[in-house]
Amino acid sequence: MRLFVPADAAAASVGADEVADRFQHELANRQLDLRLARNGSRGLFWLEPLVEVETPTGRLAFGNVSAKDVPSLLEAILSGASHPLALGPVDAIPALARQRRLTFARVGLVDPLSVEDFRRHGGFRGWQKAEAMEPSTIVAEVTASGLRGRGGAGFPTGLKWKTVNEAPGKRKYVVCNADEGDSGTFADRMVMEGDPFLLLEGMRIAARAVGASHGFIYVRSEYPRAVQVLRRAIELFRQLSFFGHGFDVEVRVGAGAYVCGEETSLLESLEGKRGQVRPKPPLPAHEGLFGKPTVVNNVLTLAAVPWILEHGGAAYAALGRDRSRGTMPIQLGGNVKFGGLYELPLGLTLRELVFDLGGGTASGRPVRAVQVGGPLGAYFPEKLLDTPLDYEAMAKAGGILGHAGVVVFDDTVNLARQARFAFEFCALESCGKCTPCRIGSTRGVETIDKIIANVDRSKNVALVRDLCTTLTDASLCALGGLTPLPVLSALDHFPEDFR
Amino acid sequence: MHFAPWDAQRARTIIVAETEKARAFLGDDGPDATALLPILHALQHTFGFVSSEAVELVAHQLNLSRAEVKGVLTFYEDFRTHEPGAHRVALCRAEACQARGSESLAAHLAERHRLTPGSTSQGVTLESTYCLGNCALGPAALVDESKLVGRLDAQGIDRLIGALGGKS
Repeated sequence: MRLFVPADAAAASVGADEVADRFQHELANRQLDLRLARNGSRGLFWLEPLVEVETPTGRLAFGNVSAKDVPSLLEAILSGASHPLALGPVDAIPALARQRRLTFARVGLVDPLSVEDFRRHGGFRGWQKAEAMEPSTIVAEVTASGLRGRGGAGFPTGLKWKTVNEAPGKRKYVVCNADEGDSGTFADRMVMEGDPFLLLEGMRIAARAVGASHGFIYVRSEYPRAVQVLRRAIELFRQLSFFGHGFDVEVRVGAGAYVCGEETSLLESLEGKRGQVRPKPPLPAHEGLFGKPTVVNNVLTLAAVPWILEHGGAAYAALGRDRSRGTMPIQLGGNVKFGGLYELPLGLTLRELVFDLGGGTASGRPVRAVQVGGPLGAYFPEKLLDTPLDYEAMAKAGGILGHAGVVVFDDTVNLARQARFAFEFCALESCGKCTPCRIGSTRGVETIDKIIANVDRSKNVALVRDLCTTLTDASLCALGGLTPLPVLSALDHFPEDFR
Repeated sequence: MHFAPWDAQRARTIIVAETEKARAFLGDDGPDATALLPILHALQHTFGFVSSEAVELVAHQLNLSRAEVKGVLTFYEDFRTHEPGAHRVALCRAEACQARGSESLAAHLAERHRLTPGSTSQGVTLESTYCLGNCALGPAALVDESKLVGRLDAQGIDRLIGALGGKS
């Protein structure tokens, strides 16, 4: 029997490693048919550290366990007695039972570095299908699924793969964008730490579909655990000869530049340069890494692929809303009671997410604003919370779905400060290549400061709006191009904070 | 965590090893400069920062100008050009942590511990970071580039700084 304590960084941030150490210590002194395993997180972060134990009738959960609870917990587990931290069967926890986990099916369930666990729970099935298919048929299957780039841009994945598949050249690359820099997002990290083989299987399928021999995973340095787990997982795949023969992957670590989440600046960084954005065209699909045709996909995009290959594009496309097909691993964070990972078919409303699943604010105060899609996403007021979480509905409401990070604020938030922060963040992270972003962001901070200080208020509000038009129309990439979204949504929906 | 004193021979070994690793993986595609970020990370990991002697060595080994290496070094927030404290605390200042009070923690650090972003006090260097992927358990901080801490409050920060050797 196994006892699971998450090794996920978030779980560890609230004591999971200490809990695991204590269990290890207690178990070492006894002859028991119980051994400690480290899993990923189920994503129910308010319950972390969440300990699970295997029983003949399924896995039982214990929430908010601290190291000092370990001896009594162990007694309860061995004797079958009740324990105050017991939550019952983990699968019956409502927040988990309500989800539709395709990508996250194994995250939290398995030991992330056990190939045996991976196999037993459906690993390699997508690859086995893909291996027997022509590359163009793989592309067609992904196209049929309706899968769109989960990094934020929402570009159809099948179309991107088709372009690279058809691009001439013997040398091609698959690059996984794991530079998950948007505030409020952690799904990529959870996949890398909780089911790294899934991502690697997805990359292998992508490589076959487009004819690539080499892959890179560009992981941000803020995720040291993910880097460790991925490197170990790649080693294990090499030992299985699943990697190293015709296709191999290397992990590269970023260095704290948010803009490197933009695909062309990520490629520059991989080449050893300053992470400055490249003008497009040429598209990376034609001239990417070292000038070779390159697929750049987000972690969640690649991680969705094995399921699509196993079950067929049509099964994936059967879920979702309008042109947003499939499921989305939504990340709920900020000032919220039940923050965590919710994988659900696209199309759930913000209200359902924030209140029905999230339980409102953690502070108990009223929800005032909800930011969707990271630092370049819009702030939604209460009256717009019935907007569905899908690509088009979000765009229509003046926002973006982005990487589906949702951050909740209570009524102590000041949206003029948040608008100022949006410009400040853009100024900090601008790569400096284009003028609107490099200069406009700083001018934006200064102008918002004048508004806050009540200097020529209406004139300066008009100036900010004008500046936003320039940023939107004339920036090279999404950093400058989308910074106006949080600023304008703050101005439009929360004008009282600018008075 | 203790950093090694500057040692040109050791630095050269690191640079060569990282270059070889990149070459072995890529074969004949891609210039050696592709190893630049891994090299800078490895140097900083060993010596705590990337000195001007190190820049000169890297430039020489990769056949780049010193300006090119310095351009990359200074572009990325992670890389330091001066020796940091024995411990580093990177406090998340992004929106999800702001929503849970990270700004008042920053104020507390300044007031009680005389720590503002970029400064070092009693062996602890404070840095600002923007998202550590712990957005449901904020405010969060990353300690010594490796240990993530969540659910921070003023007392938690005091304990953390105290444990790292600062004023408790």
